[in-house]
Amino acid sequence: MAGSTLASPTVSTGQQHSLAAAPASPGIETWRRFCRHRLAVASTAILAAMLLAVAFGPLLWQVPINDIDFGAHLEGPSWAHPLGTDDLGQDLLARMLYGGRISLAVGLAAALVAIIVGTAIGAIAGMSRGSIDAALMWLTDLFLSLPPLPLLLLVIYLFRESLKQLVGPEFGTFILIVAVIGGFRWMQVARLVRAQFLSLREKEFVEAARALGMSSSRLVVRHILPNSLGPIIVAGTIDVAAAIIAESTLSFLGLGFPPDIPTWGRILFDAKDYLDIAPHWALFAGGAIFLAVLSINFIGDGLRDALDPRTSA
Amino acid sequence: MGRYLIRRLLIAVPSLLGISVVLFTVLALAPGDPFGELASNVNVPPEVAAGLRAKFGLDDPIALRYLRWLLAMLHGDWGFSFVSRMDVDTLIRQRLPATLLVIGSSQLVALLIALPVGVYSALRPYSLFDQIANLLAFIGFSLPTFFTGLLFILLFSIYLDWLPFVFQADISATGWQWYWEEFKQAVMPVSVLALLQAASWTRYVRSAVLEVIRLDYVTTARAKGLPERTVVVKHIVRNALIPVVTLVALQMPALFGGAIVTEQIFRIPGIGSLLISSILANDTPVIMAVTFVFAGLVILFNLVADILYGWLDPRIAYR
Repeated sequence: MAGSTLASPTVSTGQQHSLAAAPASPGIETWRRFCRHRLAVASTAILAAMLLAVAFGPLLWQVPINDIDFGAHLEGPSWAHPLGTDDLGQDLLARMLYGGRISLAVGLAAALVAIIVGTAIGAIAGMSRGSIDAALMWLTDLFLSLPPLPLLLLVIYLFRESLKQLVGPEFGTFILIVAVIGGFRWMQVARLVRAQFLSLREKEFVEAARALGMSSSRLVVRHILPNSLGPIIVAGTIDVAAAIIAESTLSFLGLGFPPDIPTWGRILFDAKDYLDIAPHWALFAGGAIFLAVLSINFIGDGLRDALDPRTSA
Repeated sequence: MGRYLIRRLLIAVPSLLGISVVLFTVLALAPGDPFGELASNVNVPPEVAAGLRAKFGLDDPIALRYLRWLLAMLHGDWGFSFVSRMDVDTLIRQRLPATLLVIGSSQLVALLIALPVGVYSALRPYSLFDQIANLLAFIGFSLPTFFTGLLFILLFSIYLDWLPFVFQADISATGWQWYWEEFKQAVMPVSVLALLQAASWTRYVRSAVLEVIRLDYVTTARAKGLPERTVVVKHIVRNALIPVVTLVALQMPALFGGAIVTEQIFRIPGIGSLLISSILANDTPVIMAVTFVFAGLVILFNLVADILYGWLDPRIAYR
């Protein structure tokens, strides 16, 4: 197969045989294939820059996010306010940096929830034959046919108030949004994992390990799961992008985070009524969401090429 | 074909039931109580409140409440909107056509873009056209609908002043003028949704065509000396469309998300904007009904996809 001809000369063949449990493609080879996707490499740089900016930016740009200054409201970019100001004269750079933390954190956390739930359900379905498998797959198909946004809105409408009282408005909304977005995005991962498990559990090395007396759970953790990581990582990357869009959509509809937490979607929601007099406001926030999502999608595409040699024909 | 259709219809019933169970469970699990205000109101004696609860069956087991709710829904009794002061089903019937019109025409536009572009890219893989199409497709599905909508408004309504950005349900003009006005106000919402769809469909079509193009029967068709046009349209595209239909049907739920956002941005009086306004107004019966209608629409479109599937691939219908 194509996979065997691609093996790089830097990896000794003896090592491959002795390390059956290690990830299928050696790291260097994967990295080289990833680097061949130039847009993915550029996207990694852009995303890294964005992550660094939201992580350390607020330390360098110490303008308070809620400093109201009506003398400077709806101003375009200037030296005092590099990204301009909003209708209350609040500095947009500071708000964007602060909000970016939440937008990106929600995306990562929600994708993590989706991967964990999806992997668990897919693994259980893939390892157990018969009725459990059938029931779990029926559930997966049912969730796939649910329209996510209306349900997201419904769940948030129903549970928002009580969770806010329980753990505070900021953290409560965060948990709710992460759980709900993750809870409606695990299906793709579950299907992928199940398909991987179904084929992997019949492979010789798994059979050999089973013959050596390895327990089922250890078999999954040591042999089957590491070998199905590739597609999971790719699907998870795409999920991060989708989760960022989902969070921004909720905030844009005014049903996400409370107004005093300026996530990118929330900034866009506030900016849309001033589109004619202060377009910079909407453009910066929307552009940030777009750039983050685009680069994550490209990274996902590059990872697909790198981790799954079959599809990169 | 008839039996195939009936079988698909029967499969749709459990899905609808499953969705109704999910919706009802979410509602039942939610904190809050329709009679919560009565309990805290000192003017209402506890026994009256308890009587009301018993009358509306609020203390019954959840399975019984679900059955009662389901029967009412089947009878067409969808509840009463507290905010709009009218029956929920009338309200939805008023709002549904606008949503279906926008979604339907955006699907059509997306198909008209994605099919030629995807096929052409796959016929010349890694050409300049293919690379540009691929880049645009990535940009297309990375642009969130709300941002595309705002960009369109900024460009076409504010800078160029070509198109209106607020949708009007009652246009005073008549005749051709009316159609023109309708067309002008539908252009932006439809193209926002169409671009999102076309972007991902182009990639599906491209990869499906690439799969089909190297099969033996395509070589045979070429060897017979068939004109390239016939080979592409009759041999390649028709077979490539089979997996595309499945993927398009899987995308359907996400499309409704986009439709909600688009309706909200352009203020189209459809069921998506109805959902948002009733959430903001705490109008529970409407919220439940609209969510259910969206789920029902997804199942309906899946059914349509199945029928298309049977038409594209006759082998399925006979199985």
